[in-house]
Amino acid sequence: MQTVCIGIILAPLLGAGIAGLCALLEQGKKIAALSAIGGVALSFFLSLILLKNLLWDGVELHEGELYTWGIVGGIQFQFGFLIDRLSAAMMVVVSFVSWMVHVYTLGYMKEDPGYSRFFSYTALFTFFMLLLVSANNFLQLFLGWEGVGLVSYLLIGFWYHRESANVASMKAFLVNRVGDLGFLLGIGVILLVFGTLNYQEIFEQATRGDIAGQALQLFQGHHWQAITVICILLFIGAMGKSAQIPLHVWLPDSMEGPTPISALIHAATMVTAGVFMVARMSPLYELSPVASSVVLVVGATTALFMGILGVVQQDIKRIIAYSTLSQLGYMMASQGASAYAAGIFHLFTHAFFKALLFLGAGSVIIALHHEQNIWKMGNLKRYLPITYWTMLVGGLALIGFPGFSGFYSKEIIIDAVRLSSLPGASYAYWALFIGVFFTALYTFRLIFVVFHTHERMDASVRAHLTEPGASVWIPLIMLAIPSLCIAWFVGDALLFDGYFKNSIVVDPLHDALPRIAHHYHSVMHFALQAPMTPLFWVMTLGIFTAWFCYVKRPEIPGLIIRRVEGLHRVLLSKYGFDAFNQIVFAAGGRRLGHVLWQGGDQKIIDGFFVNGSAKSIQILSGVVRQLQSGFLYHYALAMLVGLLVFLLWM
Amino acid sequence: MITLSNVLVVSTLLFGISLAGIILNRKNLIVLLMCLELMLLAINTNFIAFAHHYADLAGQVIVFFVLTVAAAESAIGLALLVVFFRARQTIRVDQLNSLKG
Amino acid sequence: MIEWPLLSLLIWLPITGGIFILFFSKSEWINPRWFALFTVAATWALCVPLILFFDRDASNMQFTETVSWIPTFNIHYALGVDGFSVPLILLTAFCTLLAVLAGWKSIQKHVAQYMAAFLIMMGLMHGVFAARDAILFYMFWESMLVPMFLIIGIWGGDNRVYATIKFFLYTFLGSILMLVALIYLGIQAGGFSIEDFQKMPLGLTAQLFIFIAFFMAFAVKVPMWPVHTWLPDAHVEAPTGGSVILAAIMLKMGAYGFLRLSLPIAPDASLLLNKWIIALSLIAIVYIGFVSLVQRDMKKLIAYSSIAHMGFVTLGLFVGYLLIAEQRSVESMQLGIEGAFVQVISHGFISAALFLCVGVLYDRMHSRLIGDYGAVVDRMPIFAVFFVLFALANSGLPGTSGFVGEFMVILSTLQANFWIAALAAITLIVGAAYNLWLVKRVIFGQASHGGISSLEDIDFRECVMLLLLAGAVLFVGLYPAALLNLMHTSVDSLLQQMMQSKIG
Repeated sequence: MQTVCIGIILAPLLGAGIAGLCALLEQGKKIAALSAIGGVALSFFLSLILLKNLLWDGVELHEGELYTWGIVGGIQFQFGFLIDRLSAAMMVVVSFVSWMVHVYTLGYMKEDPGYSRFFSYTALFTFFMLLLVSANNFLQLFLGWEGVGLVSYLLIGFWYHRESANVASMKAFLVNRVGDLGFLLGIGVILLVFGTLNYQEIFEQATRGDIAGQALQLFQGHHWQAITVICILLFIGAMGKSAQIPLHVWLPDSMEGPTPISALIHAATMVTAGVFMVARMSPLYELSPVASSVVLVVGATTALFMGILGVVQQDIKRIIAYSTLSQLGYMMASQGASAYAAGIFHLFTHAFFKALLFLGAGSVIIALHHEQNIWKMGNLKRYLPITYWTMLVGGLALIGFPGFSGFYSKEIIIDAVRLSSLPGASYAYWALFIGVFFTALYTFRLIFVVFHTHERMDASVRAHLTEPGASVWIPLIMLAIPSLCIAWFVGDALLFDGYFKNSIVVDPLHDALPRIAHHYHSVMHFALQAPMTPLFWVMTLGIFTAWFCYVKRPEIPGLIIRRVEGLHRVLLSKYGFDAFNQIVFAAGGRRLGHVLWQGGDQKIIDGFFVNGSAKSIQILSGVVRQLQSGFLYHYALAMLVGLLVFLLWM
Repeated sequence: MITLSNVLVVSTLLFGISLAGIILNRKNLIVLLMCLELMLLAINTNFIAFAHHYADLAGQVIVFFVLTVAAAESAIGLALLVVFFRARQTIRVDQLNSLKG
Repeated sequence: MIEWPLLSLLIWLPITGGIFILFFSKSEWINPRWFALFTVAATWALCVPLILFFDRDASNMQFTETVSWIPTFNIHYALGVDGFSVPLILLTAFCTLLAVLAGWKSIQKHVAQYMAAFLIMMGLMHGVFAARDAILFYMFWESMLVPMFLIIGIWGGDNRVYATIKFFLYTFLGSILMLVALIYLGIQAGGFSIEDFQKMPLGLTAQLFIFIAFFMAFAVKVPMWPVHTWLPDAHVEAPTGGSVILAAIMLKMGAYGFLRLSLPIAPDASLLLNKWIIALSLIAIVYIGFVSLVQRDMKKLIAYSSIAHMGFVTLGLFVGYLLIAEQRSVESMQLGIEGAFVQVISHGFISAALFLCVGVLYDRMHSRLIGDYGAVVDRMPIFAVFFVLFALANSGLPGTSGFVGEFMVILSTLQANFWIAALAAITLIVGAAYNLWLVKRVIFGQASHGGISSLEDIDFRECVMLLLLAGAVLFVGLYPAALLNLMHTSVDSLLQQMMQSKIG
C-alpha cells in the first residue's frame, strides 16, 4: 500500500514538473497537457485501489512512514501517510474532480498563452492537496495546507497583467496566512500538550482522556482548557482555508482566476480542506464542546449571511462563489454539531455539483466570449442545451431538491443541527433553515436569468452562440451523474452504516446521526417524505420567489431595492468587510510601516543617535580647532606655557 | 673669577632672548631661524660651562655634535625658506598659517 | 581523521590566492576571474574531507591545530571546528563562489582587486569560524572588515562613502568593546583559549559586563534593533557580491558569536538579561517587518527583511532561558537553538538568492527601485520562477528552508509563552505581505516603462547560481535532518554550558 500511496502523491508532481518545463521552454503544449492529465488520472485510479483495499480487503487503516524530516530533542518530525476510510474517500473525490477539471481545461484554455503553465499549476495543486489529505502528522498537513494556498495564489493571479487578479491573489494568500497563523500556533500548542505531531499518537492520548483536564494559562489568572485552545486555533486555520466569516473575504475575489480553477480549488477541493481537517481532528473536537460550539455558530453565520449576498450579485461566477461560501458554512456547522459524516458527505456532493456549476458557468462564459454579467445573458437554454440541463441538475442538487444528492446531505445536516444541544445550536438551526430559502432564491435567479427569459446579449455575440467542444461538455456530464445520484449509492453507507468506522470519532452523547436514522428508512423513502418537512416548503418558496421576481414580474426587484435602499447598499458592500480590511489592515499596515521607518528608523535612530552623535563630535571639534591657529608663535607660546605649568607642577 | 652661575645667567638670558624672538617675531622667517640658532648656542654655552665645571670632556664633545646639527638645520631651513619664498612670494611669519585647523 | 592541517588550508589557501592575484594583476597571462574561480573551487574541494571526516557524535572540537603564537601572553594559533562551525564554513565557501560569479560581468574596473578582496575575505571568514583562540578570533573578526570596507567603498553605488563609514564605525564600535572583554577574560584565565573561557568560573558582575560588551559587538553584526541602521545603507550601496557575503555570512557572525562566546561564557548574565534580548528580537521581527513593507528600493526591502529574519535567530537562542524559567524540558530548548541555527543557514541561502536576483535585474536595468519594474515575467520567465520561489521562501513557505527555522523557533517559543510565539508568528502575515507585494510589483502587473520589453532572460552563469541556491533552499526545506544531525552534539554541549551556573 505504501507504494500505491507514493505513486498517488508523485504522479501529479511529476506531471506538474514536466508541464512546468514545457511552459518554461515554451514548447510541447501537448506533452504538458498529457503529462498533467495522465498524472492526475493515475492518481485517481491508484486512489480507487486504496479504497478497494480498505473496503473489500479488510485493511483497517494504513500508516506508512515516508521519511524523517528531522529529529530534534526527542521530537520526531516524520512525513508519512495515514490512509483510512476518510482520507481514501477524500483522495478519490479530489483526484476525480481534479481529473475532470483537467480534461475541461483542454478545451477551456485552448487559446490561452499560458496553457502549459496552467496545467503545471493544476497538477501541482493536486499533488499538494493529496499530500494534505493523506498526511499522518501536522507537519505534512501544514506543508500541503500552505502548498495549496501557494498554488491558489499562483492561479488566482494567473492572468498576471490584470491588476485586479494580482490584488485578488495577494489578498487570498494573506487572508489565508492569517488563518495559518492560528493554525501554526495550534500546532505549537499540540506539541506542547501532546509532545508529538503524529495523528495517531495524539488521538491515542486524547481518547485516553488524561488530556481533557489540562489547562493553559493564556492570560494572567485565566485558565483555559488546553483542548479548547487547540481546537479553536486549528479552527482559525480552517476559517482561513474554508473561507468562514470573517476570513471569507478572499474567496469572492478569487474568481479572478480562470474558471476551471474556481471549480477545482475554490469550490470542490482546497476550500474544503478546513472541513476535512475538522473531521480528521474529530477526536479532539469531541472533547471540547466550546470549540464545537464556535465551529457551529461561525459555520451557520457564514451559511446564512453569505447566502444572502448571493442574491444581489450580478457576476455569474460571483453568485456561485457566494453560494460556495454558504455551503461551506453548512459543512462547518455540521462539523460543529458533531455530524462529521454528514459534513463530509456534503463536502463530497458539493464537490461534484459545485464543480459542475462552475464548469457550466465557464461554458456559458466562453460561449459569450468572456462575458460574466448575468444581465447580459438570457434564454441560453436554446443555444447551450447540454450546459443548461447539466447546470439545472447542479442547481437542483445545490438547493437540496428531493432525490438529488445535495438533498440528502443538506437535509441531514440541518436535522443534526436541530438535534444538537450545544450553546448557539438553535440560532444555528434557524440560520441554516433560512439559508435554504436564499439558496433556492439565488440559484434559480441565476438559472432563470441566464437560461430563461429573453436574450440580452449583443447581436454579434448571439450570432456565434454554440455549445463549446467535447472536452467541455464531457466533464459536465461526468459531473452531473454523481451530482444527481451519488447519494443513492453511497448515502446510506456514509451517513448511517458506519462507513467511516474509526476514522471519525463521535461521542455517543453528541451523535445525532443515529437519532436521525430512526426515521430514515431508504433513499427512496427519504425523498418521498420530503414534502412533509418544512424545509421542502421553504425551498419551494425560494424557487417560487425567484420565478415570480425574475420571470413573472421582473420589475419587482427594482421596486424592492428602492424601498430598502440602505439594506441593499449594505449587501452590495458585502457588509463592509472589504472596506474595513482595506482601511484598517492594508492602509493601516502601510501607514504603520511608514511611521516606523521614517519616524523610528530615519528620524530617531539614524537622525538622532547615529548621525546625531557624529554631528555632536563635529560641533565639538569645530570649537576645539579654533586653537589650531596655524601661527608658529602661538604654538611656541603654548609650548612655553605648557613647560612652565609642567615645571611648576613638579 | 667667572663663576658657573655667571655663565648660566648669560646662557639663560640668551635662551630667553631667543624664545622671545620666536614668540614675538611676526615679520621675518630669517629672524626665526636666527633665534633657533641662538637657542642652540645658549645650550652650547651651558654644556661648555658644565664641562668646565666638572672637568668632563664629554660635554664639549656634545657641543660639536650640536654645532653640526645646527649647521645642517640652518642649511635645510634656509633652503626651505627659499622654496617657500618662491611659492608664496613672502616670508612674513604672520602669513604662515596654512596649517590652520 | 586526516593528518594535514585542513583548517589552515581552508584559511590560507584563499588568502594566498587573493594576494597572488593582487601581485599579478597587471600581467596579461593570468585572468583574475578564472583564477579566482579556480581558487574557490580548490577551497570547495577542501570542504569535502571536512564534511566527510567530521564526526557528528564527538562533542569536542575537531580538526584541531595548535601552534604557540605569542608565548608572552599565552596566545595560540589554535583552530578547530564543531557542529556549528562546519555548516557555516560550507556556507561561506558556497557564498564566495556566488560572489565571484556575481561579479563576473558586472565588475569591469579593478577586476583583480575585486576578486582578491573576496578571496581574502573568504579566508578570514573561515578563520573566524575556525578560531579557538580569542585573540585569533578577534583578529580574523576585525580584519574581515577591511576587504568588505573596500568592496563597498570601491565598487559600490553613488552614496558609498557614507555607507562604508557608517558600516565600519558601527561594527568597529561594537567589536572594540568585545576586545576589552576578551582581554579581561584573558588576564583572568591566563591565556586566550576560548574553551578555557567557557570553563572558567566568573562572578555575576563580571559576567554582566562581559555579556554587555559581547552583546554590543554581536548585536551590531546580527543586527538587532536598534543598532541595525547600518545594514540597509551598506546593502544598498554594496555591489551584488558584497551584498551576498554581507547578508549570508557577515550577519551570521553575530549569531555565531552569541553561540560561541556570549552564551557559554556568561550563562548567568544571559539568564538575567534574556528578557531584554527577547524583547529586542520581537521588536526586530514585528517592527522591521512593517518597515520592510513600505520600502521602495528592492535591496533595502531585502535588507530590512534580513533584520526581521535574524530576529528569529536571537529569539531562538535566548528563549531557552525563558523555558528554564517555565520549567519546560530540555527538548524544547534544543528545538529553539537548532531552529535558530537552521534559520542562520537558511537565511544565508535565501538572502543571497534574493540579492543575486536583484543583481540580475540591476545589471540589466540599472535601477533598484521597485517602481521601475513590472511584468518582468513576460521577458524573463525562468528568472521569474526563481524570484517567486525565493520570495516565497523568504516568507517562510513550508517546503523551503525559510520555513524550517521559523517553525522550530515558534514551536519552541510557544512552550515558554503563548503570546511571544503569537507575536513572532505575525511574521507569517507581514512577511508574506512584503514579499508578495514585491513580487506583484516587480514580476507581475504591467510594465512601468518601455525598457522592460527589451529585457533578456538569465544566461547560463546566472542560471547556475540561482539553480544551486534553489536546490539548497529546497533541500534544507524538505530534508533539514541533514543539517540538524550535524549539530545535535554541539547543541547538547552548548545547552549544558548554558544551564550550568558559573558563579562561585
